Amino acid sequence: MIEVKNLTKQYGEKKAVNNISFTVNDGEILGFLGPNGAGKSTTMNMLTGYISATDGEILINGVDIMEEPLEAKKQIGYLPEIPPLYMDMTVKDYLNFIYDLKKCKLPRQAHLEDVCKLVMITDVYDRIIKHLSKGYKQRVGLAQALIGNPPILILDEPTVGLDPKQIHEIRTLIKKLGKRHTLILSSHILSEIQAVCDRVVIINKGKLAADDTPENLTKKLSDEHRIIARIDGTKEENLKLIQGIKGVASVTADMEREPGTFDYEIETDGVTDIRAELFKRVAAKNRIIYSLKSTELTLEDIFLKITMGEDVSVGRAEPKKALSDEEKAAMHEAVSNAAAAAFTVDMNKNLQESPETDDIDDNGGEL
Amino acid sequence: MGAIFRREIKAYFTSPIAYIFIAVFYVYTGMYFVGTNIYSATTDMTYVFSGVFTLMMIMLPLLTMRLMSEEQKQKTDQCLLTAPVNLAAIVMGKFFAALCVFLIGMAIYIPYILVLYKLAGSIAWATVIGNMFALLLLGASFISIGMLISSLTENQIVAAIASFIVIMLFYMIDVLAASVSVDWLKNVMVSLGFYNRYYEFTNGIINIPSIVFFLSVTFICNFLTVRVLEKRRWG
Repeated sequence: MIEVKNLTKQYGEKKAVNNISFTVNDGEILGFLGPNGAGKSTTMNMLTGYISATDGEILINGVDIMEEPLEAKKQIGYLPEIPPLYMDMTVKDYLNFIYDLKKCKLPRQAHLEDVCKLVMITDVYDRIIKHLSKGYKQRVGLAQALIGNPPILILDEPTVGLDPKQIHEIRTLIKKLGKRHTLILSSHILSEIQAVCDRVVIINKGKLAADDTPENLTKKLSDEHRIIARIDGTKEENLKLIQGIKGVASVTADMEREPGTFDYEIETDGVTDIRAELFKRVAAKNRIIYSLKSTELTLEDIFLKITMGEDVSVGRAEPKKALSDEEKAAMHEAVSNAAAAAFTVDMNKNLQESPETDDIDDNGGEL
Repeated sequence: MGAIFRREIKAYFTSPIAYIFIAVFYVYTGMYFVGTNIYSATTDMTYVFSGVFTLMMIMLPLLTMRLMSEEQKQKTDQCLLTAPVNLAAIVMGKFFAALCVFLIGMAIYIPYILVLYKLAGSIAWATVIGNMFALLLLGASFISIGMLISSLTENQIVAAIASFIVIMLFYMIDVLAASVSVDWLKNVMVSLGFYNRYYEFTNGIINIPSIVFFLSVTFICNFLTVRVLEKRRWG
């Protein structure tokens, strides 16, 4: 179990990590999310005792890492962002070195073999690390963390730089490890977190922004419904038409997906179901809806929402702060301005390309 | 400490640096040995030891330059500092590894002594032992100075040059002292000088304060290296 209480790290004036608290229970896989520079790695470095905290407390299975670093470090396997590999050593020598360094008590040969099998590096066991591919280096780094079977694993972006097949392998491995270890995992790849983690902690600008299960996060934040509709006809008219429907908060036109049609992303007020009205109005204009689907917010949207400065907080952080009317108005203006600008360009192009035809062909639009 | 010591030794001998160090050591002393002891048929080994001080001033920084800086640059220090090992063990492991390579260099004197002993039947033991002893103390203190400086930078070359300059300063400090008119400062500078103390030993004089001096320099520099690692965590 890892308990983090009011953790703060200050570099000069700047607070890289600001008063973060969370707990990871035994056997839990915790996803650690945040944009670059949010303080993810700093937090992980503090958890593992690589750097010290300015303030706050970290308990690793009840042992304070600042008070009894050796005892606490024994419990942790750490894979930093850049795997700490000695490039001139062979995998064999390196893992044996780590085994000695960690003062591991397990039977050497059998344990190293197990670890290598688990991360699938048996075939490169005698090769020099420098000559290995990025994927293999990453796995050797992971093997290093696993030596000594520490009950807690902390992995900083373990799938960065790997190809899709390797990502899948590592992800499967992490799931497997999660059964026996308590795991903290940071990542930029949100689908990974969604697939692997029991719980997600999002930090932004050094502060805790969310702490919940991926499902709950999605539920809590998807109060604003979004509908994507594919309709034929010109952008301008359709945008006007959709905006005229009661209950539509905003609408933007996406690119042309099928010839002659555009996708429209409609955000509703979350109360009104606009689909029937949309259908009637479009039909009245003698146009066709080719597809109509409502989307729930994905973890990706939540992440963007939280980290793009829209002050949305859930979980144990402060209650959600509603946007003021002024902010909303400004956003709407910006959105409709952008849409207008986009399709003015579009229209001009069309006019230049097909000045005689009356039925405007959208094909020329964005090609 | 054992794991780090073994890894460092291996690292020295997988890179060319240890071989270069030992080769230069052997060639340099070998030239003097053949040139003076063998050709001139003398048992006086002072020539074989002469100039080794200057040689070590240049060569030992090369041996210590990457000890700490490379860990920082390659981020491998994350592995050492998050392992259940205390900082002193890390520093001592590295110190003894460098000292060990240095001792392999120094070991070349043993065959020289044996050859002379076989050929001449007798040897001026006082100068030989004094020189060996002096060289050992000097090496240990140069290595610890070099390692301390290596822990302050990520760049090997900077570490090597800075180590050389610092050692050079200690070498010249008693010469510089001559131009200082403040008495107490002059005394301090003279007592910090490496060369006079070293020179005494080479004449076969075992001076206890000088032994304490060299050992203190070694201890203080190693201690400071531990402090630098600790400080960086708090940075």
